[in-house]
Amino acid sequence: MIRDITIGQYYPSDSILHRLDPRVKLIGTFLFIVSLFLFDSLYGYIAVAVFLVTIIKLSKVPFRFIAKGMKAIVVLMLFMAFFNLFFTPGNTIFQIWIIKITDNGLRQAIFMGIRLIFLILGSSLMTFTTTPNQLTDGLEKIMKPLNRIKVPVHEISMMMSIALRFIPILLEETDKIMKAQMARGADFESGGVLKRAKSLIPLLVPLFVSAFRRANDLAMAMEARCYRGGDGRTKMKPLRYQNRDYLAYTCVLAYFAIVIALGILENRLF
Amino acid sequence: MQIIFDKVNYIYSGGTAFARHAIKDISFSINKGEFIGLIGHTGSGKSTLIQHMNGLIKATNGHIYFNGQDIYEKNYDLRKLRSKVGLVFQYPEHQLFETTVFKDVVFGPTNLGLDKLECELRAYEALKMVGIGDDLLDASPFELSGGQKRRVAIAGVLAMKPEVLILDEPTAGLDPRGRDDILEKIAELHRDSGLTIILVTHSMEDIANYADRLFVMNRGELVMQDTAKVVFSHYKELEQMHLAAPQVTYVMNVLKDKGYRVNTDATTIDEAKEEILKLLQY
Ligand SMILES: Nc1ncnc2c1ncn2[C@@H]1O[C@H](COP(=O)(O)OP(=O)(O)O)[C@@H](O)[C@H]1O
Ligand SMILES: [Mg+2]
Repeated sequence: MIRDITIGQYYPSDSILHRLDPRVKLIGTFLFIVSLFLFDSLYGYIAVAVFLVTIIKLSKVPFRFIAKGMKAIVVLMLFMAFFNLFFTPGNTIFQIWIIKITDNGLRQAIFMGIRLIFLILGSSLMTFTTTPNQLTDGLEKIMKPLNRIKVPVHEISMMMSIALRFIPILLEETDKIMKAQMARGADFESGGVLKRAKSLIPLLVPLFVSAFRRANDLAMAMEARCYRGGDGRTKMKPLRYQNRDYLAYTCVLAYFAIVIALGILENRLF
Repeated sequence: MQIIFDKVNYIYSGGTAFARHAIKDISFSINKGEFIGLIGHTGSGKSTLIQHMNGLIKATNGHIYFNGQDIYEKNYDLRKLRSKVGLVFQYPEHQLFETTVFKDVVFGPTNLGLDKLECELRAYEALKMVGIGDDLLDASPFELSGGQKRRVAIAGVLAMKPEVLILDEPTAGLDPRGRDDILEKIAELHRDSGLTIILVTHSMEDIANYADRLFVMNRGELVMQDTAKVVFSHYKELEQMHLAAPQVTYVMNVLKDKGYRVNTDATTIDEAKEEILKLLQY
């Protein structure tokens, strides 16, 4: 039930995208998101779509899996479309009573919707192809310079990777405790708000107890292995750029340049 | 026959890249009052299988009958089934949540909608059955020892007065003393209350003394269902499934290989002792 959310999940596979250095993917995703706001012409959308489709094909993540994740944001999209459609000023093309749809509104609704889809596709593609550990590794390395201005980069990334690691564990635990209480006749589904909130106590108490127990165990295990923060700590698999990473940077930059060029051209032309 | 499985399959995360066929074409029947030992290596599908018995997991396909009724029928009352088929999960102490031991055990019967007095009576009885004394009734369940916590959790299920009691590795992580205590209590319940017991374990030693029949799971399939003697005589195959027959089976087989005329059927230390003594007398 809880497992059906695919956004932010890792999808194991052996595509070129999976093997890229996480830094490339982080920076690439960042540039991709920025690029979405640099154009406003049909050609721009086509360029982005072509780029995205290529990347999705390269990632070997089945489209069905990606689409399943998109279901979760349908509500958000409808909400946005609604506001754009009815509250954007412009030339009226359709009117009933006080509700009117303008040409700009229609345009906004469609194009903002597409942009949002692009944005979510692009960024979830990063999480599909990168394990949480790689992600935090990449972030740590990128943010390393901030160490000089006394930002505890290592600690932040360690906390992030632990938190990410705990999410599936806690989901599993929730599932297990829920079943255990259901086996004792607990009912999580029926009843009013108050009754339902009360019925969560047998779930939440053991869940918290277990989270604290696990945190405690983990701290103990880290201590036992002499963990003492980031200073002088080396990595088993240090991040090093390979040729494919430089190639990927080149592709991303080329894409970025094309989108910017399209943006400038369109200002000139129209 | 109390429980019947007819070609039951279950696939986790069906239709996705993570699909996992956890149990395959499982068929068996269990009689009222039987003591079944369910054995298998870690990941062989034991826990998945038993969660079908009280309807916590719905089979991907296949049929399950309890007391002659198909539990997947439209209007079948699953909550009632769960009160009849008590399931004690692995590490059941992780489900304790109340402020006192007694209140925690009362949780189950209260969910059945019984009146307060009856609930408390049942809780008290259940705690007695598992050997928790009066002095611990008002203790916080979180202060107890591992073995005590587990017994309280088992009492939490017993208090619902199930007809079938399923225990998923009830001795995992306990010291030998705690392990023997729990097994002894379970055997006692079986003897005195006539409960049908299904005990999941991956240790043969635990089960050889108690079970009427052993079910052996391997990679999601039910590969053997027979008495301990018959199952252990296939000890070579068991090894291939990363299971081991009890030590005495090995001792008896080695004796036989050396040319002594012993009966290799012995599954418990007592039986083996008798056999060896017989050998020495003649
Ligand atoms: N909640 C779950 N989601 C996905 N796969 C699972 C889940 N629970 C168990 N499995 C898988 O199903 C198989 C059988 O597991 P399980 O029934 O727990 O075995 P056992 O209890 O014999 O150790 C294992 O391969 C396990 O990885
Ligand atoms: Mg198990």
